Amino acid sequence: MMTFTFTDWSLVFLHFLGVSLMAVGGAVTVIPEMHRYMVNQTRWMTEDQFLTSIAIAQSAPGPNILVIAMFGWHIGVNSVAIGYQQYLWGILGMCVAMMGVMLPSSLLTYATSRWVQANQEKSYVVAFKQGLAPIVVGAILATSWIITATNNQFERDWPLWLCTAVTVLLIWKTKAHILILLLLGAILGGLGLI
Amino acid sequence: MKQFPKSKSELFWSFTWLALQGFGGVLPVAQRELVDKKHWYTQEEFIEDWAVAQVLPGPNVVNLAIIFGSRYFGWAGAIAGIAGMLAFPMLVLIVLAFFYHELSGYPVVAGALRGMGAVAAGLIAGASLKMASALKNHPLGYGQASLIGVACFLAVAIVRVPLIYVLLSLGVLSIYLTYRKIKA
Repeated sequence: MMTFTFTDWSLVFLHFLGVSLMAVGGAVTVIPEMHRYMVNQTRWMTEDQFLTSIAIAQSAPGPNILVIAMFGWHIGVNSVAIGYQQYLWGILGMCVAMMGVMLPSSLLTYATSRWVQANQEKSYVVAFKQGLAPIVVGAILATSWIITATNNQFERDWPLWLCTAVTVLLIWKTKAHILILLLLGAILGGLGLI
Repeated sequence: MKQFPKSKSELFWSFTWLALQGFGGVLPVAQRELVDKKHWYTQEEFIEDWAVAQVLPGPNVVNLAIIFGSRYFGWAGAIAGIAGMLAFPMLVLIVLAFFYHELSGYPVVAGALRGMGAVAAGLIAGASLKMASALKNHPLGYGQASLIGVACFLAVAIVRVPLIYVLLSLGVLSIYLTYRKIKA
């Protein structure tokens, strides 16, 4: 696609540094801006690679932020022309992108958490943490709802909803193992039952 | 009985193991492993740290790993937490990146991912319901705290208000009410 210089890699790093600070509420909120910049403007990757990155990250275990690692991978793969070298640069791209996106937010979180721990007896710190507790419960439940609501055709999707509802009960009221539940979901889905 | 991590390597491997089980969200696994199994957190402590992790920029579970790791082992613990959350999942990604185009053609794979997605949504809801039990000891009382939680759910899930605005309005109100209660 193109040969990357040190300057290009610096731009990649800077781009993800910026993403880190814009992404309050998760990487999802910055996806449209990243698409505009990386696919349309700089052409670091194709449309297909952009969508594949999201799909792979969603099917893999680990924090959702790993979609950034997949973007870095594709930038690296495109940065050189020949065979096996692409994969080495892919791994480098992964590391550059993740360093960029993790550095600012991690430093901020580290500094904040040290401060919070030093002042944990103060009533405003206690009020801050405990005051947000109900919000946290509501927000997490809402996340689950929003994911489920994307499958919005009742005739087609009711088995999915049933599967979600049964999972809620099992995880809430029993000690069922999470990996077993995921495996059962994969089997039911793979067989086309849900 | 509350426990604590004995070393940075125990911290690293614990976070690695929970990240690798986190398909479609690491929160349910973190709740299960750190609260229910390892007893490194009580339900109340977990939800309080999660609140801090949530309002800061950056991925919530990684922020939680930083907060938890730094509490026991300072900056080295924070790094052990981040590395645990990201290192092995990144290796898995590299493997997936190699095989994705071959695998994604099979309808079985697409179906399996669809099924896992449905389970993942249930895991997240289940985790929040378990965390809700911590509200029983809330300064505002179970009733009022639950009411705020339900209001937040309705605003984000049904009205689709971005979370940041809910934090700035309902969140600030909730913090203020809690502060008054603690001071009283």
